[in-house]
Amino acid sequence: MKRVYLDHAAATPVRPEVLAAMLPYFRERFGNPSAVYDLGAEIKEVIEAERAKVARLIGAPAEHIIFTSCGAEANNLAVKGAALAHLKQGKHVIVSAIEHHSVLNSARYLEKFHDFEVTFLRVNKFGQVEAERLAKALTPGTVLVSIQQASNEIGTIQRLKELADLCREHGVLFHTDAVATAGYIPIDVRELDVDLLSLNGPALGGPKGIGALYFRRGLRLVPQIHSGIQESGRRGGTENVPGIVGLGVAAELAQEELAAKATHLKTLRDRLVKGVTDQISSAIYTGHPDERLPGHASFCFEGIEGEALVFMLNAKGICANTGSACASKALKVSPVLCAIGISPEVAQGSLVFTLSPDNSEEDIDYLLTELPLAVEKLRSFSPVWRKKMAAVSGGER
Amino acid sequence: MKFLTECKADATADLVYRVCPMHLLEPAEFLKDLQQGQVLEILTDYDGALEDIPAWCAKHGQEFIGICEHEDEDVFKLYIKKVH
Repeated sequence: MKRVYLDHAAATPVRPEVLAAMLPYFRERFGNPSAVYDLGAEIKEVIEAERAKVARLIGAPAEHIIFTSCGAEANNLAVKGAALAHLKQGKHVIVSAIEHHSVLNSARYLEKFHDFEVTFLRVNKFGQVEAERLAKALTPGTVLVSIQQASNEIGTIQRLKELADLCREHGVLFHTDAVATAGYIPIDVRELDVDLLSLNGPALGGPKGIGALYFRRGLRLVPQIHSGIQESGRRGGTENVPGIVGLGVAAELAQEELAAKATHLKTLRDRLVKGVTDQISSAIYTGHPDERLPGHASFCFEGIEGEALVFMLNAKGICANTGSACASKALKVSPVLCAIGISPEVAQGSLVFTLSPDNSEEDIDYLLTELPLAVEKLRSFSPVWRKKMAAVSGGER
Repeated sequence: MKFLTECKADATADLVYRVCPMHLLEPAEFLKDLQQGQVLEILTDYDGALEDIPAWCAKHGQEFIGICEHEDEDVFKLYIKKVH
């Protein structure tokens, strides 16, 4: 059976160049970078070279990159580490209501165990945080604001610069989760003027089990993994050397290919969106229509359940997701869709496609053949849909 | 221990929240960039540094000037003068 993979926000295959670069570090070059003999010291140099590659992708100095085990750990270190290091400044943090669980739950941890006050900031119908709303939420005790650069669930890109500038004016630290954007849109931490930025390996075509956090010069962070002096004493634990090499190579490739990748993905996405909205009635395109990730298309199909749709598509060899990768198994309506004003009934029918350069026009056309059939079939035995149709035809009479 | 009320420094090594033994590794790096006679300020929240830094200075032939501690701050400020 043909397989079409359209869930790259959940996982990506490791690129062959990345895997080839990683392999020697499992066997031949296995040394511990903290060791002083050559087998270890050489590895330390490798780590620093890879750190520089990751830094270049986001316009940062290499010494301001901390390697972590994943994007979620980078977010934990940013939110908890920065907030706890600045207790004297205050005990109030602000996060948007549509953040990844690693940010939301880090904020809740601060609230529960450290008596912080947390503001979960509302977003507009496109999923964007408005600067006026953020300005109103800031208090003299606000220590940190964390707002993702783009949502993996609805694809919307935030107007980050104006939010970061606002925080700078008020002397408040600003963190952004760039897991969804790194390698997809250009990022320059100096231009954005953010204090902290998280990214991860898989989103770049690198391996799972590796992420990174950028921190501004002079910023104090309370370590969240307490161990030795790895990562300059900011994140303990023996380094995941193959992962770091994989992330470095993936970051280098992502930087080289950024423009061409974005053009290719946007072309595919526009074809997908046009096909879906032309062929399927009552399909709501969620997120911002323009200010969104190039390879991201998300919809809500009225009258059906997204999970059933995922199963139907799976039977045809198509992999897509309903809600965010982490929320889809939670069996509840996506808080992101609720936050942008989608009713719980309609939010049940959410479907997210995240594309990669491996996808082709044929993949999209195959989806556009199978998806309308699946939606039609599910609607044919949906009481909710029948009720809606009866109301429509009743209204026409 | 020499307690100071004030001390001017030519460079600062902020090691607050950086785990032990970073307080013994980073000062050497900072001193490399200083001229003879210049002063390095070390900020740390690690109380072990109060013994370690003077001992490190004695061992490596650098001059430990003293410590500045303010009640309203959670950090220790230690000062080293570069001898060589």
